[in-house]
Amino acid sequence: MSFEYAPAPESRAITTIKPKYGHFIGGKFVAGSKHFPTINPATEEVLSQIALAGKAEVDAAVKAARKAYTSTWSKTSGKERGKYLFRIARILQERAREFAVLETLDNGKPIRESRDTDIPLAAAHFFYHAGWADKLEYAGLGSSPKPLGVAGQIIPWNFPLLMLAWKVAPALATGNTVVLKPAESTSLTALLFAEVCQQAELPAGVVNIVTGDGTTGALIVNHPGIDKIAFTGSTEVGKIIARSVAPTKKSVTLELGGKGANIVFEDAAVDETVEGIIDGIFFNQGHVCCAGSRLLLQENIAEEVLHKLKKRMEKIRVGDPMDKNTDVGAINSKEQLAKIVELAQVGDSEGGQRWSPACDLPKKGYWFAPTIFTGVTSAHRIAREEIFGPVLSVLTFRTPQEAIEKANNTPFGLSAGVWGEKGSRTLWAAQQLRAGVIWTNSFNKFDPTSPFGGYKESGWGREGGRHGLTAYLKGVSGE
Amino acid sequence: MSDHIDVKKTYKLFINGAFPRSESGRTYEVKTSKGTFLANACLSSRKDLREAVVAARAAHNGWSKATAYNRGQILYRIAEMLQARTGEFIQEIMMTTGVTKVKAEKEVLQAIDTLVWYAGWSDKISSLTGSNNPVAGPFYNFTIPESMGVVACIAPENPSLLGFIESIAPVITSGNTVIILASTKAPLPAISFAEVLATSDLPAGVINILTGKKDEIAPWMASHMDIDAMDISGLPSKLTSEVKVAGAENLKRIHTFKGTTPHRITAFTESKTVWHTIGV
Amino acid sequence: MNFYGLVDGSEASLKKYLKTLSGVDQVGANARAAMLSTRSIKTTSKRWAIDTAISMVDLTTLEGADTVGKVEAICSKAVRPDPTDSSVPSVGAVCVYNDMVAVARKHLDLIGGKHVPVAAVSTAFPSGRASIEVKVLDTQDAINAGASEIDMVIDRGAFLEGRLIDVFNEIVAIRQVCGDKAHLKVIFETGELVTYDNVRKASFLAMAAGADFIKTSTGKVAPAATAPVVLVMLEAVRDFYELTQKRIGVKPAGGIRNTKDAIKQLVLVKEVAGEEWLNSKLFRIGASALLNDLLMQRMKMDSGYYASPTYVSMD
Repeated sequence: MSFEYAPAPESRAITTIKPKYGHFIGGKFVAGSKHFPTINPATEEVLSQIALAGKAEVDAAVKAARKAYTSTWSKTSGKERGKYLFRIARILQERAREFAVLETLDNGKPIRESRDTDIPLAAAHFFYHAGWADKLEYAGLGSSPKPLGVAGQIIPWNFPLLMLAWKVAPALATGNTVVLKPAESTSLTALLFAEVCQQAELPAGVVNIVTGDGTTGALIVNHPGIDKIAFTGSTEVGKIIARSVAPTKKSVTLELGGKGANIVFEDAAVDETVEGIIDGIFFNQGHVCCAGSRLLLQENIAEEVLHKLKKRMEKIRVGDPMDKNTDVGAINSKEQLAKIVELAQVGDSEGGQRWSPACDLPKKGYWFAPTIFTGVTSAHRIAREEIFGPVLSVLTFRTPQEAIEKANNTPFGLSAGVWGEKGSRTLWAAQQLRAGVIWTNSFNKFDPTSPFGGYKESGWGREGGRHGLTAYLKGVSGE
Repeated sequence: MSDHIDVKKTYKLFINGAFPRSESGRTYEVKTSKGTFLANACLSSRKDLREAVVAARAAHNGWSKATAYNRGQILYRIAEMLQARTGEFIQEIMMTTGVTKVKAEKEVLQAIDTLVWYAGWSDKISSLTGSNNPVAGPFYNFTIPESMGVVACIAPENPSLLGFIESIAPVITSGNTVIILASTKAPLPAISFAEVLATSDLPAGVINILTGKKDEIAPWMASHMDIDAMDISGLPSKLTSEVKVAGAENLKRIHTFKGTTPHRITAFTESKTVWHTIGV
Repeated sequence: MNFYGLVDGSEASLKKYLKTLSGVDQVGANARAAMLSTRSIKTTSKRWAIDTAISMVDLTTLEGADTVGKVEAICSKAVRPDPTDSSVPSVGAVCVYNDMVAVARKHLDLIGGKHVPVAAVSTAFPSGRASIEVKVLDTQDAINAGASEIDMVIDRGAFLEGRLIDVFNEIVAIRQVCGDKAHLKVIFETGELVTYDNVRKASFLAMAAGADFIKTSTGKVAPAATAPVVLVMLEAVRDFYELTQKRIGVKPAGGIRNTKDAIKQLVLVKEVAGEEWLNSKLFRIGASALLNDLLMQRMKMDSGYYASPTYVSMD
């Protein structure tokens, strides 16, 4: 017998999913009118029916948020606002397992990641911002920083609760109220978060959650009662939002797409680099805007790194997201899978050499094996377009200058990685790269104290850290 | 009465450190506030803009990687050169706007002080808007502001020199390069300012100056995919929406300001966060 | 000797060769080891892992106060870890000081444990502070007394001072003494080498010089067999195999006290070096208390009840 890990499934008994959900408006759950199903992408099981918010519901949510802003939240001191956020952070920690299970069921990501990354970081974001609420005048953003008012927040499906935390925590800490819309395919943890708001006794209307699709998002973006739009999602939709708000006074922050370069110099610590490449592209099935989706290898070590990378990829465990030993879970939706399949086919047709380790993919659900394409050049579509899946394009370079030129040759500018043991060169590369987050000898690390956001078409503004506060305060959005 | 005939200045554009005419060959008349002809200024075309963007892009890497100390020194040098030519600028402001000498002089001196103020910012802005971030892990993590790249500015009509300086000085102090469209009615101080720049050790292409009409040039700036950001403080409000819509195509950062403020610097910087492992 | 063609025995060639090794990023190695420690092992896999771990234990007693009686007791336990259950495998070896080698060998042979080797800690264990002549004699003495495995310590002082060729030559000399009579395990004392770069360097040095096994620690210095150190050594043997087609064994020793720790080690072996290393020929665990915990876990799996130390023999 050999050492095969027996399945180690996390129990879903800890969470209760209702057959149908409404919206969370003015501190209460209100029934929706139309509904659509949300499914477990690993099994295609219908988990629940989610309400589709139309104009009436969005109006009601904005009205509730305005009322809460005017009558309560803007009159609540920073000290007290902070205490509500601390409460929320604690409740998220207490109910962490429940959130992790629900996130994995609805999103398809491995339970190991929702348990060890998404949920703890979400709680950490509330904890961090709680401490800001009564210290804003010391943030170097003016002596008496003022909130914007009602923030409309639209978040993606790749890190549902974590992106909620990135949006809600700074908005509330700075004194804004919010209308938040989770992504169509991953609403469940946001709806559970609504319960957390109730448990924390957050004043009614400070957080309002409406569910729905792009049409609901557009209603929020175009609503005249909203002062600020915060969006995380595709660059395509980001541009639509930028155009929509052009004639208005709304302030906007956007966290959009990326095509992050991961540069490996000849002196890199090879084994840790291989781990970093894996983290860079296969973390969360590659559904990461800052993924290291372009691997740039110095040509004299390319063969060795690729050899080790392939050997390492053979050890990746793809499958049931609820199994604690799973490394790569399900693709979030049928549509996303179709997009990945299509772009991978483009990679084939452009002459890239596709390679995946042998892996048994489940019959039901949406799956895509970890994949690398070698023989890719900067001109290939798979080296330029965001695939948002577990697909890595491998390019080579000869000189450090060439690495930087290739890395920067993209309309995106969200993230990049640099691997090497020579400190001066890694810092040089970090300086030359045109991207908002540079990881040297690491990749895909996140922390509430660390500002996150992109250059160029990767978006406007930063989230996290002192810099992230500017997104929700008057007169400092230029920073 | 002297029998010497004055040699009049030809007002041209300032692109990549040189003084070309508009490629279109078009000019327009610049008049005094009372309507007397003063000079023919270039009516820039979108192709002039295109040339200016090429120059600004080419200059960006060198200028942004110059030391902050060096950029500050050059900004101060520009102030020195302007001080030396105060009289000429007073004359041009008086001629084009009809203000009194006292008022014109005040504007020039304020422009000089503005340059000096921003000169001093170049090596301080990182200390104030950068940060060390105490992440929960074995990483050294810091955030620094960096220039965005190429910034297009629309100078306000008035004050023609001061508004122009208030627009460009903060943008270049962090390492951006600039294309600026000068005041349409009173472009002469801006063009003469190019002569100041040409004697200030400023690398070619860092500041490029166009003259002409806002409704002609601004939309082309907004849609140009190699411009990263815009200062539209001098844009008529009726054009704002159109420019913002066009600018969305490459998600330009577009801002409006009043007066002299460090926000004019930070608005055109990007924050870069670097993580590095800490270990033995 | 040709040292796998990697070096020619000169200091220059050794230095040049070790310079080609990639560095190890401490943060990355720690993170990888921590991630692998989250692997969840259940049911049949766990049963297999416990038995495999038992077969890998080098059951060790290395105390100044060791007695003949204690060594004999350990030998009995090594052969039949659970006298009430014959399905429990014998351990990998019995590991003692030189003067107890003959005692152990004799007792093992007497009780039907000819298949259990005796390992001797040699070369002025644990400090390694003696002349090469003494170390050679020490080793010869252990082999004469019946040791078929030699756990030698490297000269850490020489290694850290940069006298790598001296470390190399000592291993070569001891390898020659071992000949085909004894397996050679080379102990680094990773707690004294401190950095993972040093661990990787020492691994390649020892392997090129002829080690059959590379071993983390004497058990006398902490930290000893931490997961990331074992990870780095497993990466080294994996890479060495790619270079030479020769599989070198790995032996963590010190600090592995319970079943959970042991299973984490097996996970590291499986995921880093590969399944080929998952046997007592290529992986050993130097331990004393661990065996009882493995036995108690095994009892729990059989009976469904949590076990008590009352029902396993003391060392």
